[in-house]
Amino acid sequence: MAKRLYEAANAPKGCTAGAASAYPGAAMDQSPTLAEIQHQSVTFPGGLTLDCGRRLLEVTVAYRTYGTLNAAKSNAILLCHALTLDQYAAEQNPVTGKPGWWDIMVGPGKPIDTERYFVICSNVLGGCMGTTGPRSPNDDGSGQPHSGQPWGTEFPQVTVPDMVRAQKLLIDHLGISRLFAVIGGSMGGMQVLAWAALYPAQVFAAVPVATASYHSAQNIAFHEIGRQAIAADPYFYAGRYWSEGVRPERGLAVARMTAHITYVSEEALARKFGRKLQNAEGLSALGDQFAVESYLQYQGSSFVQRFDANSYLTITRAMDLFDLAADHNGVLSAAFKGTKTRFLLVSFSSDWLFPTAQSRAIARALNHVAANVSFVEVQSDKGHDAFLLDEPDFHHTLRGFLAGCAEHAGLV
Amino acid sequence: MNALPKKIRVDLELIAELVAPGSRVLDIGCADGTLIEHLFREKQCDARGVELDMQEVQRAVAHGLPVMQGDADTELVTYPDNAFDYIILSRTLQAVEKPREVLRQMLRIGTHAIVSFPNFGHWSLRLQLLTKGRMPMTAGWNRMWFETPNIHPCTISDFFALCEQDGYIVENWLAADEQGARTPWRRSRKLANLFGEQGLFLLRKA
Repeated sequence: MAKRLYEAANAPKGCTAGAASAYPGAAMDQSPTLAEIQHQSVTFPGGLTLDCGRRLLEVTVAYRTYGTLNAAKSNAILLCHALTLDQYAAEQNPVTGKPGWWDIMVGPGKPIDTERYFVICSNVLGGCMGTTGPRSPNDDGSGQPHSGQPWGTEFPQVTVPDMVRAQKLLIDHLGISRLFAVIGGSMGGMQVLAWAALYPAQVFAAVPVATASYHSAQNIAFHEIGRQAIAADPYFYAGRYWSEGVRPERGLAVARMTAHITYVSEEALARKFGRKLQNAEGLSALGDQFAVESYLQYQGSSFVQRFDANSYLTITRAMDLFDLAADHNGVLSAAFKGTKTRFLLVSFSSDWLFPTAQSRAIARALNHVAANVSFVEVQSDKGHDAFLLDEPDFHHTLRGFLAGCAEHAGLV
Repeated sequence: MNALPKKIRVDLELIAELVAPGSRVLDIGCADGTLIEHLFREKQCDARGVELDMQEVQRAVAHGLPVMQGDADTELVTYPDNAFDYIILSRTLQAVEKPREVLRQMLRIGTHAIVSFPNFGHWSLRLQLLTKGRMPMTAGWNRMWFETPNIHPCTISDFFALCEQDGYIVENWLAADEQGARTPWRRSRKLANLFGEQGLFLLRKA
């Protein structure tokens, strides 16, 4: 497969539609393209001023809800999704046909119990699943939002706090004055921290999972490999690939493959694949050799079917820019001064992308302001991805934490 | 969570009696959080915990209690001055690396400190050391010297001396037996030091 990929890279311009079929798994995945799906959404004609100083003339936020909002509107939980996930947290994803990314956690009787709580999940600003992002029409400041071509790489660089401000528009629109809880892992955890810092009175409980208060140099470095791979794809066309009717699928797949390595632990890779060989015919550098290679290639190829390259560039950059302490004169605890929010921090022992030390640093910053904080490291060999997987210790902990908070919040 | 009052260990009961209702409490080495739950339910305290053992932390948090994983020796420095009304350290002082520093931190971040520890001055320990010449083994001191976590044993008299040296006011104290029940050695420190299996102290800054 790698050999075919290599050839595809040198294919003449115009040889377009066939590129995707070179990937294993692509034939099975006959999902509709991103644009064809109508997502539930709400548009805010007032727009949004971004951290970069620019203003989006209007903002659309695509979202899904589960469970029922009570009469007092006091049982709402906002889920913040990670880099490449979306608003389909607890139902079949209309693009991939797969179960929701947190199906295991969210539902009737599950740790985030939709019989007790009203659960909201929205696609992040800059995303490609219905919320305003690089695929949205460029409003180019002309006051005519729908006149333009897609933004592409000209989409303003959004930040994690910008994502949170867009979510706040949705929460206000739903008439919710205080969220019972804001919960999220990885980049979702960054959003949780930003929520607690920006709108402390609107967040009763905050659960940042497997996250950090800033993106480390190592993490930025991994993201940069992905961005360079996308930029180097001949089908990228400086971000205007839509006008050529192509997508930089090779670059995006390589970006995903690199990122995927950071989501799993060495132990998990060794257990799953070890040094097992697959389709190994003779000795060649580019032919399939190891099982782990075809696994990664599958991860890459299935990803390009559901994700937009410009969104990937925008969102990875937003993560890189995240540094909550820097926004408060270098003092992380200053972000939480006077907070009444109840925090639960969770890390996973084998997560080397957002290691336990990062969560502990947040817990200590919260101690500095005498905040109400619980902190648990869950033993797991599944790496960063553990927060999405079946980790009973994590699930029990979150369920109990929410029950305790519900009691303090008077939710019975 | 169970709303009915639960029976808790006698020594925890004694500690709870020292805490004023509605106060802010930090319990260091809180195990599964039994005491902080009791203080929340029975005394409407804002009670939180720190615990070293991750299994215990998970048990406490999964029970809805605010507990963070951490070490008394390293975690206390991260709290601001006078953040709590009471800092509790129950049967843990003898196991920390720097007991004096931990006490100092407790009385920095809290206006009161409640400390309990097994009394190494108890007559049975003295007798064993005198007659056998070996490190004593009792119900309370039940691990061999080379594997015990209790690396800083002290007596009730030792503790009084440290409080005096570091300028802490002993607002209340008592000696207890192994189960934590109050013993009658209140009048004499010397008798308490001989017959009390545990010491329990309520301190504040001078």
